[in-house]
Parts: sequence; structure tokens; C-alpha cells
Amino acid sequence: MPLTPVITAHWDQPDSFTLEGYRRNGGYSALAKAFEMGPDAVIATVKDSGLRGRGGAGFPTGLKWSFVPQNDGKPHYLVVNADESEPGACKDIPIMLANPHALIEGIIIASYAIRADHAFVYIRGEVPHVIRRMHAAVREARAAGYIGDNIAGSGFNLNLVVHSGAGAYICGEETALLDSLEGRRGQPRLKPPFPAVAGLYACPTVVNNVETIANVPYIVNNGVDWFRSFGTEKSPGFKVFAVSGHVQRPGIYEAPLGIPMAELLEYAGGVREGHELKFWLPGGSSVPMLTAEHLDLPLTYEAMAEAGSMLGTGTPMVFDETTSVVRAVTGWLDFYKHESCGKCTPCREGNWFIHDLLHRFDQGRGRSDQLVVLDNVCGQILGRSFCALGDAAATPFPSAMKYFADEFEAGTTTPSSVAFDPAASTVFSEVKA
Amino acid sequence: MTVTESGSNEVTVPEGHVAFSIDGVSMTAEKGTLIIRAAEQLGIEIPRFCDHPLLDPVAACRMCLVEIEGQPKPQPACAIPVGDNMVVRTQRTSKVADDAQKGVMEFLLLNHPLDCPICDKGGECPLQNQAMSAGRAESRFEGSKRTFPKPINVSAQILLDRERCVSCARCTRFADEIAGDAFIDLLERGAQQQVGISEDTPFDSYFSGNTVQICPVGALTNARYRFRARPFDLVSVPTVCEHCASGCSLRTDVRRGEVQRRLAGDEPEINEEWNCDKGRFAFPYLTEDRITHPLVRDDNGDLRTASWPEALGMAADALTAAVGSAAVLTGGRLTSEDAFAYSKFARTILQTDNVDFRARPHSAEEADFLRSVVAGSEGPTYTDLQSAPAVVLVAFEPEDESPIVFLRLRKAVTKGTTKVYAVAPWASPGLSKLGATVLAAGPGQEIQALAGSEDVMQALRQPGAVLMVGERAATAPGLLSWAAQTAADTGARLAWVPRRAGERGALEAGLLPGMAPAAWGELAAGVGFPGVIEALVTAAEPEEALVPVPDPEAPESASTEVVPVEDEEPEPPFRALVLAGFDPRDVPDGAALVEGFAQVPTVIALATHHNDATRAADIVFPVAAVTEKAGSFIDWEGRRRPFPQVFRESLILSDAGVLAAIADEMLQDFGPADPIALRAEASTAQPATRPDRPSVAGAGARETSAGEAVLSTWRQLVDDGSMQAGEPYLAATARPAVVRIGPANAADLGISDGDPVTLTGTTGSVTLPALITDMPAGVVWAPGNSGANLVADLGVTSGDTVRVSVGRTS
Amino acid sequence: MALTDQTRAEMMDLAARYPQARSALLPMLHLVQSEEGYVTEGGIIMCAEVLGLTTAEVKAVATFYTMFKDEPVGEYHVGVCINPGCGILGGDAIWETLSEDLGVGHDQVTEDGKISLERIECQAACTHAPVMTANWEFMDNMTVESARQLVEDLRAGREVKSTRGPVIRDFKATERTLSGIDDDGLGEVPATDDLMLAGLRYAQEHDMKAPDAEVI
Repeated sequence: MPLTPVITAHWDQPDSFTLEGYRRNGGYSALAKAFEMGPDAVIATVKDSGLRGRGGAGFPTGLKWSFVPQNDGKPHYLVVNADESEPGACKDIPIMLANPHALIEGIIIASYAIRADHAFVYIRGEVPHVIRRMHAAVREARAAGYIGDNIAGSGFNLNLVVHSGAGAYICGEETALLDSLEGRRGQPRLKPPFPAVAGLYACPTVVNNVETIANVPYIVNNGVDWFRSFGTEKSPGFKVFAVSGHVQRPGIYEAPLGIPMAELLEYAGGVREGHELKFWLPGGSSVPMLTAEHLDLPLTYEAMAEAGSMLGTGTPMVFDETTSVVRAVTGWLDFYKHESCGKCTPCREGNWFIHDLLHRFDQGRGRSDQLVVLDNVCGQILGRSFCALGDAAATPFPSAMKYFADEFEAGTTTPSSVAFDPAASTVFSEVKA
Repeated sequence: MTVTESGSNEVTVPEGHVAFSIDGVSMTAEKGTLIIRAAEQLGIEIPRFCDHPLLDPVAACRMCLVEIEGQPKPQPACAIPVGDNMVVRTQRTSKVADDAQKGVMEFLLLNHPLDCPICDKGGECPLQNQAMSAGRAESRFEGSKRTFPKPINVSAQILLDRERCVSCARCTRFADEIAGDAFIDLLERGAQQQVGISEDTPFDSYFSGNTVQICPVGALTNARYRFRARPFDLVSVPTVCEHCASGCSLRTDVRRGEVQRRLAGDEPEINEEWNCDKGRFAFPYLTEDRITHPLVRDDNGDLRTASWPEALGMAADALTAAVGSAAVLTGGRLTSEDAFAYSKFARTILQTDNVDFRARPHSAEEADFLRSVVAGSEGPTYTDLQSAPAVVLVAFEPEDESPIVFLRLRKAVTKGTTKVYAVAPWASPGLSKLGATVLAAGPGQEIQALAGSEDVMQALRQPGAVLMVGERAATAPGLLSWAAQTAADTGARLAWVPRRAGERGALEAGLLPGMAPAAWGELAAGVGFPGVIEALVTAAEPEEALVPVPDPEAPESASTEVVPVEDEEPEPPFRALVLAGFDPRDVPDGAALVEGFAQVPTVIALATHHNDATRAADIVFPVAAVTEKAGSFIDWEGRRRPFPQVFRESLILSDAGVLAAIADEMLQDFGPADPIALRAEASTAQPATRPDRPSVAGAGARETSAGEAVLSTWRQLVDDGSMQAGEPYLAATARPAVVRIGPANAADLGISDGDPVTLTGTTGSVTLPALITDMPAGVVWAPGNSGANLVADLGVTSGDTVRVSVGRTS
Repeated sequence: MALTDQTRAEMMDLAARYPQARSALLPMLHLVQSEEGYVTEGGIIMCAEVLGLTTAEVKAVATFYTMFKDEPVGEYHVGVCINPGCGILGGDAIWETLSEDLGVGHDQVTEDGKISLERIECQAACTHAPVMTANWEFMDNMTVESARQLVEDLRAGREVKSTRGPVIRDFKATERTLSGIDDDGLGEVPATDDLMLAGLRYAQEHDMKAPDAEVI
């Protein structure tokens, strides 16, 4: 299956990030089209396109937009989740860096569709280069009359605020993001009410991922049939895949959904020279891991689910045989423990528990019976925590045990650093593509 | 709730209800009922920590997980309302729910320290209890727990052991949602999450003690009770608070004859499950520095201990000689039964109408107001406040003067049902937390501000609107008349809120002139109004006397005037004076009042503690405190709040008991002195007549000359009040005493925040740091009894003028 | 630098950008850090005053987010991503080396106040692993050697250019950028690098394109 650059199509032009560069390549033409269509038609188009949220959950975007009650007399808000913090996910940051105006045009169209007069881009605080870029792009767009009052003579007004976060993975969870955007601790909220009904400032709000919104101008311009010509029935469209890990040419590869992982891996130059794939994550550390036996599976939401994993952020991360699974899983649980917001017992305390146990195995002083405890503990978190962070933390260990139980058994006697030399898994000596 | 017979086919679901089942038991409940509440109605207790019926659900602890048919994951019962045909299985019938709960419990105990042996909560701890009922016997955790230095103070009163905290957030949610005092919040993240404060603002909320009560573990404890007792040592008695007129239910826990602690009682119609820190913590006075024996004045003029027979004999002799020319001052802290005893004693034994219960600034207008509009009235109630579209506060600062009224108003405001208006000199924290519209007005300017506000007048005309007037209104001539008239005109319900628990009861017992029931017969003409206190004060100036001036057109209402006296040996105003827990420092001209005592041949004081009155008395009788007698208070709603005798072995006589003993010694028939009998008798003893509403015209604000300002003042909840003695931790949480002054006046004086400002009254002065506040020019505010008792030490009360100067007095 | 009336005015400016002022709290705390180098008590008080919150409420927010520091960091706050995507690929080795070289651990500052180290989480740059940051500006594809060089250069006051951003300035300057209060004028940096273009280049070299709309 060929690569299909759409969002990335003009990234090689040095000014791709400017208004000038974007317009030269047809940018902001979708906006005019959208205004002509009218907001309900825009929602219908996005719905019909079958676009699914690219933040990890894969919820149908147009359906989410349609949940916003219209004519309710309340302000509506569009919030773009640019908090990209999932380990392995690195697609939104590049999009904002290289093609911010696709996001902005998408924001304007989406806001128009749901009748929001205020939009926010919540960007994680650790990326000043992106924050700087988005502020600049918004300034350009405002100067050109694409943001502000009576945009392009349409009568539609939109205020767009670029907002910096301050380091909290949990703020990628949509209700925690809303609380953070309201200037509070980023802890998730009870649902119902759902954000579409009571979100930011208790008003109807749509929260969408960067990549999701960046798709919108292309869908509006090129139409439903075009979009559905990529991908599958259940997973239409294309995806900005970011391939990383022990591959020859890590980077951004835009391809239709449904491309088998093996093909994508080939485009990325395959596993690094002289090494063999050991395990891979289709989209972030929060999804169950897969092995070489799953490489031929198409990268779609449904196929990944069937294989016992999830497409998630669609940013495959590959590890070769030099990697200790115990070390990797322990490292990811360090992450979840650090990022747990503390609101609910299972995640707050459960992560402490898992962390303690995994480090024993990583250090070669685990006990076999503790593997059962670890499994139980994960089961006591999965589906019982307040939000998906708990579920995410409870995922790596069980999925690793499925394929690599022997490595954990080895962790009862041998530290992972002895079983697998850490120097061998570094990429220092490798030449980059 | 309706539980239906299992197997029955016909279920009538009432309007607004849904039908569902829990653990196989079918039932119906009102729409919106949370699963956890519905289960409780069936007697099924789903374990929980963060859930509390009076707080919005957060579903954070995950302890209440239940299985709901059709849902793939177990769900929190505290956050989900019952739905039609919902099938719920709790830990009793669902292994999934049971395992989930056991898992959560294992997690909760993970980082929890093994503090039970040294933790106050042990023995009454929801974590202990639910670990036993909903947990496994052993934990599989072998790692190290996270630790914190412990305890730390979040205020002088409240201590925090962070390790014990289970992050249920009940305390921070209470502080924010209910009290509006977000001085504690959750800090840090993950397993390091902890309750904390910002060091510059400790948790000095008037309601901080409630967080100790609702904390489901021993993370929050209070300084006085820490390490003091185990709950199984304590005997719990349901009581009523004796501080303000809110009428809160309390639970008093005692051990070996001493009160160890007081908790808020559960009284949904009054205080819900909350109380204020004064009611909760200010009880050491009950046992400290008590008068234990009768005292009589010896030939040297000193008080010495006397036996009961001796003291009773002296009192009986003196009072027998004083029949027809005596006076009784009772103060506002008596139970309604004791108050009735004084009323009966004064009228039937002493045959005098010279009675007054007001140990505070008061007026003749107020007496008319109370007798005409308040006495015998019913409501409005707390429930009425909650549903009122508008509540207007006049001369009443709820957070300081009736905290539970404040909480109820705040509940109504946050639920969106009620709008609060207040006429006040500045927007206090309490008024701000109520989102009140404040009509800025100094003392004397209230009528103008209220009548001139179309919004307020409109608000009062709405059905259900309430006009609340505080006892301070007595210091602003015309204000009570205006309030009574306005309530009649607009249809607004009128509430009078005194500061002390016994005031309404004393009024209902008839402790004002003209309130004796006809059955008690003719009484000698009394000094009427302004009354006993003014008569005594005038007596201190021997050149003048207070004489009654009969009014042919209104024979029942006596008025008085001061006339010069030529006699070298002036006639004393009364031949005997009976005082009940009356503190001269509470009334204007208190010093002169004590001098006036000296003019009275016999002064008899019945008191629990010494004060300037007992020290000037000729005979002192010890009486029971509220824990040593049964009785009732009548709260501001007019609702009776009975309580039992906490210390059943106590033999200390109540005031009624002492009066009955004196009457007995006087060979008079007083009748039974037990509270039940007195209460029954009081209900039939209604005043013969009820006067008309007062119609005093407003006097406006007092004139001030250069360097003077009109004083506005009220007492802060936590201050130097005598019943707060012996509780240093509570005292340390008091709001700082400051002089509030407007920006223009401050600029004229050249002062900024923190600069010392001296207020000088007629008898003294006080120096306090200034706090520039948005308030009318020419008005200053200082607390009534924080650092200095303005009435006693400066001789001024609200509405009087004071001299304002910069810096300290030399 | 310290908190001045100017800071207060800037805070109110930030607050005015949102329908509800409290939303500005995170940017305001970045602004505090840009003046004070960390979140000081004075900063908390000023934020509380501007927004009408209690200081406890502001402190609750400040202590939740990792980027808000309660103690001064070094002039150059150096982050090493140790999340397995970078850690395994070399980040762990870089951390161990730097930590030992400098004698400081996580969130600790060298004695001369120049460098502080932080074990940072995934920076959303996994394609460029191992990733480091210097005052949050990105340094991609690091090795143990280049990491040592980076720290040495920063310490010596030599100009260091971030791989996908501008010259690295001091911590406070970057915090000001994060507050969003004004344009730091450093936006003219390349949009992409070889890794970001990997797929596009491959597609171009092999004549792969997305179908045009008209074709469908």
C-alpha cells in the first residue's frame, strides 16, 4: 500500500508553516466552502466521512459534534487537545510545527459547525517551539482576517486562544484537560454530564485531537467519497503514522489506515541492521503490546482490537531483541506512577503497588508468587479506576506476560540489565537516515 | 420508598419515581436518588469513603463499586442515580462487586500507616470498620509506604496526619462547597497528593471542626481532643448548643464527669450535620472556675463561703422585705424553663414587673417590637430560608452572629434558589460568600438605604421573602419600627435573630415588663422602660432619680423620666435586685450599673462563674450549667430545642431550683421547679395584652465633629467572650482584631493598612491596626469584644460616635 | 527580576484573554517563573489577588504540575527523557552519565547554580530518540558524548542552538515564552528535519501520492 502524504504533503517546503506557504498549496479554501455549506452540512459531512478521533479513543468525530445541543442559548466551545504526552506518540507536535494552519483552518471550520465562538488549543507546556509556532500562526491568521469578527465576510466570529499546559499527562484526558483549562488541578470529571452538554465552564464543548481537526479542511475540500477511498469501512481515512524505536529510519509516514504494520515498517527501513523485532506497540504504551506474529495485521481500529490490542494514537514503536521487556514495562509504570493524578484509589495506590513489584523483577529479586499478585493488582485497577489512566497502567504487565512470561520469571534471579545489556539497545552508534 | 414483595406482579410506581432492584429486592424510589442512598433505605450499606449525603458526589475512592446489569465495568453507587428497571448487585450478591471492593480496600491500606494504636479515630473509624467488613484479612504489599512528617497544623485547632489521608477530599469539598472557605485544598499529585494550606492563610474557618467530624480516617484531628479518649470510654448524650440562637443539635461526649468533646448532631431541619467551631469547641468553661458554694458578704465587705441554709435565710429575709420593690435582670443565657421560673418568681413572689432579660444594648422601641411582633410568633424557619426567593439582612451578620443561618443561606444561594441582600457598613467575608448585594450604610443610615432601594423593596414583596433583623437593630432608633412596618406592608416574613441562645426563650417566658399573665394578678407599677438598668445607672448618680410618668392615654405602658433629687439620702430604686448570670460588661454604662448596685440594699446573684455582678453582690448562689440540668432553648425560629441533663449525678441546682428554695424559705408557694412542670405551666401563662407595633421614627446617623466617626460594631464569632474561656486553640483561630476605615478617611488621617489607630469612647480607648475597607465615609468598624470590650471599656456601642486618632494613646 | 506592577498588569492581560479569568492561572504561573525562576509565595499571592482565589487554591494548582518548581532551578534546566521509548534507546545511559558527571540528581542544581537536571517524561519526539531538553527547548538525537558537550557548552556560556528551535536562552526567558504574554521573536526556525520528512521523501522518491479528489 503506497504512502499517501496529505497533511504532510508540503512539509518539504521551507515555509510550509507560514500562512503564505499554506495558502499557496490551497490552504484556507476549505473555509470558504464550509461557510457556503452551512454548519449542519459540515457536521453531516464529517459524520459521513467516518472520521474517528485520532487522540487514541477513536470515537466518531462527526457524531461527537452532533451531540452539542443547538439553540440552547449557551456559549459553545471547541477545545483542541494538543497535550500529546502518550509515550510513543509524536505526531501532533510535528503537525503543529510543520503545518499549523491546517489545524487552524480545521479549528475555524469545526467551531463554525458546532456554533462555537471561542476555541482553545491546549498545548502541553514542555514544547516551547510548538507554542511559539502556534502563537505566530494564530497571529498570521488573525491578521489575514481568518480569526476574529466576521471571518471572510461570513458573519461568523471566532476567538482563538493558544494555551500552555504545565506538565501533566493526565491533562490529555478530555475532562481533566477542561479542568486544567479552567485553571484548576487537572483531574478528570464525572461523566455524565458529557463535555458536549456541559464541558468548559459547564457549557457545551467539543474536545478533539490535533490530527483529527487537521483532517477537517481536507475532508471539506475533497469530500466524503475521497476520504472514504482511504482506509476501511470502519476505519476510513489516512493516518499520520510516527514510527519510532529500533528502526532504521524513524520518522513521520502518512499512509491510509489499513496499511499492514509490516509494510509501514519496511518504509521505515525495517528493524535496525542485524537485529530482529521483538515487540511493538501500535499506538502508545497504554495499548497492549504485539509481536512479530501480528506484523501482517492492517493498522485499523478494528483489526488491532481483534488482535487484543488497540490502534490508540497510531504511532507504532518498535523494540528489537536487545530490549528487556521487564525493563521497558517497569519504565512505563514509572511513568504512570509519576503521572497519576491521585484522585482515585486504584490508580494512585495501585501504581505504587505495581511499581514496587516491577522494580523487584527489574532488579532480579522478584518472587514467582508476586507475578500472580501483579496480575491481580492489575485486575483490581482495570475498569475500576476513575479514568483511563488507571486502565493504561494496568495494561503493560498483563500484555507483556502474555508473550514474555519467561523474562519475568528470569527476573526472580537476574537483573534485566544483566539479562539484556543496556548498551546494546542504545542507538548511539547507528547512522540516521 | 416502597419495597415490593418479591414475586408480586403489580407494582404501582408513583409519579416521579422509578422501579428497580438491589440484590434481588425490588423497590421504587424518587427519580434522582443515588444507588447508594436507595440501598441504605433497604438497610444495605455499600462501603464508602468519599461519599457524603450533604456533599456533591465525586466517585473518587471507588469503594462503593457495584455491578449494574448491562454495564461492562463495576460502577460507583455514589454517583449514579437509580434508573427504571435497573438491576443492581452489591457486594452481597455480586462477586465482581465484592472483589472490586476488596481490591480497593487493599489499595487504601497500602500507604496507610499502622497508626491505630495512637490514632484518635480508632474505635469509631470507617476505615477500620470497612476494612473488617469489606476487605481481605491480609495485604500482599511488602514494599515501603510513603511517609510525611506528622502531624502538621493546618490551623491552631486542626492537626493533619497526611499519611492517614485517603484522599477522599471530604474536607476540601466541605470547606469549598459548604463553608466557602477554600483555605485547605489538595496539593501535589499522585501518591504524594495531600491536603494542605498556603502557610500565609491557615484554615481559620468558623466551620473547620466539621472536617474533623466528617474525615473518615484519623487524618484530621483537633488539638484539644488529640490523644484524650477512646470512643468506647465516652458516654454520648444528644444535646443542644448553648452559645447562639441557631438551635444546633450536638452530641456531647463525656467521661468521668467532664465533657471531652462535642460533635454536631444530625438535625436535617436545623443544622443538618454541621455546627460552628464555637459551639463545637467552646466548652471548657463548663467546668473551669465554677462557683461551687453559696457566698455572702461579711462585715469586712468580702465575700465568704456560706452554707445553704444561711444563704437561703439571708436571701429570704431580704426579699421578703423587698416585695413590691424589687427588680430581676436575667440576661440572655437561661433555658426557657429557668427563664419562666424567674418570671414567675418576680411576679408571684416579689410581686414586681421590673424584669428584663436584655444584657446588651437595647431600647424601649425594641421591647415594644419584641412584645408586639416576635413573642408567640412562629417561623420563618430554616426551610423557609432555603426556599425564599430573597432574604434581606438588617443589622445582622450571619457568619458571626448565627453561623448555622449563614450555612443555610449559603446553601440556598449556591443552589440558586435565593438572593441575599444586606444593609451593612462593609462587605464582610460572610456576605461575600453569600454573593450578597450589600447596601453600604453606617449605623443610623439603614432605613434610608433600604427604603431607597427599589431592588430590595421589590425583593421583599416576592412571596416567601424573608426579612431578618439582628439584635443590633435596637441601637438604631426607628429601625425595628421600620422592619415591623415593612414586613406588614410587603408580606415578607420577619425573623428576629438574637445572639444568645436564651433570649427568645426569655421573651416567651415573659421577661419584659407588661408580659405577665393576667392570672398572676395586679402588680405594682414598675419602672417600665427604659427600665431596670437605667434606673440603677441613674441611682449611681445620687442627684437624680428615675421616676415613672403615667400616661393617661396608655396606662399599661409606663414611661419614665429623670428628675433631680434634693434628698441627702436618696431612696434606692429597689430594695432588692436579683441577677441571673448577668455580666455588667455587656451593657452600656456597665461601671455605673455596678455602682448602682451599691445603692440597692440587697443584691442577689445566681451564677455559674464570677463576674463584676457577683463581685458586687451581697449573696451569691451557684447554679447549674447546661450539662447539669435538663431544659430547652428556643431558637430564632421560635422552635423549642429540648435537651436532657448530661451529668445525671449532678446535684447542682438549676436557677429554678434555687428560686424555689428561696421561695420555700420565704414560706411562699412556688410550685414544682422541674423543667417539665415549668414548661407545661409556661405554655398556659400568656401575657394579658400585646402592645401595638412601635412606630418610632428613624433618627438618622449621629452627627460627628472633626476627628470623630460613627462606630459600627458587632461581636466576632470567636472573640474574648467569657464562655470561650479555657480554649486557647479556638482563640488562636479568631479573626484578627482591626479597625476598618474607609479609603477617604484613611487618606485624611494619612494611614495605610496595619498602622495603629486609636478609637476613644466615653470611658476609654482601644488601639488596633487599621484595615482600609470599602465603606461609607465617617464610619469606622471595630469588633465588639476582641482585644477590648467596646461596651465595657470604651462605653460605646453601635451607632455611637468615637474619636479616631492615629497611633497609640499615651 | 521580581514581581512588579508590570507583572500584575501582564497577569490581568492574560486573564482578559479568557471568558473566565481563572483559566489564565497556568500561563500566569509560567509568568511568575519567568520573573522569579520558580513559583514563589509572592507569586502565589499575586495570582490569588488577581483572580480572587485563596492562596491555597493557587498553591493546589501550582503543586500539581511538574513544570512548576517550588525551588529555584539552574540557569539551564536540562531534561533527559527516560521514558522507555528514549530511555532504552540511550536516554538512561545519558542520564546516568550526566548525573554522575554533575553530581546532582533529579530536580537538583549544581553548586554554581548553572545546571539542574530533570528526568523528564515523553516529550512527543520519539522519532528523534534519545531526546533531551535545555530549558525545554528540544535537543534531538542525543548521545552520551553530545549530552556531555551540551552541558559543558551551556556551563561555559557558549551559544547552543536547539535542534528544532532557537538559540537556548535562560530558564526565565523560556518561561516567558510559555506564558504566551508576548512574541519572543524566535519563530523563524525550520519547520522540519529529516526525520519529520522521512515518509514524504520516501513517497516522493517512489512516486507515491494521495489520490486527488477529482479522481474519485
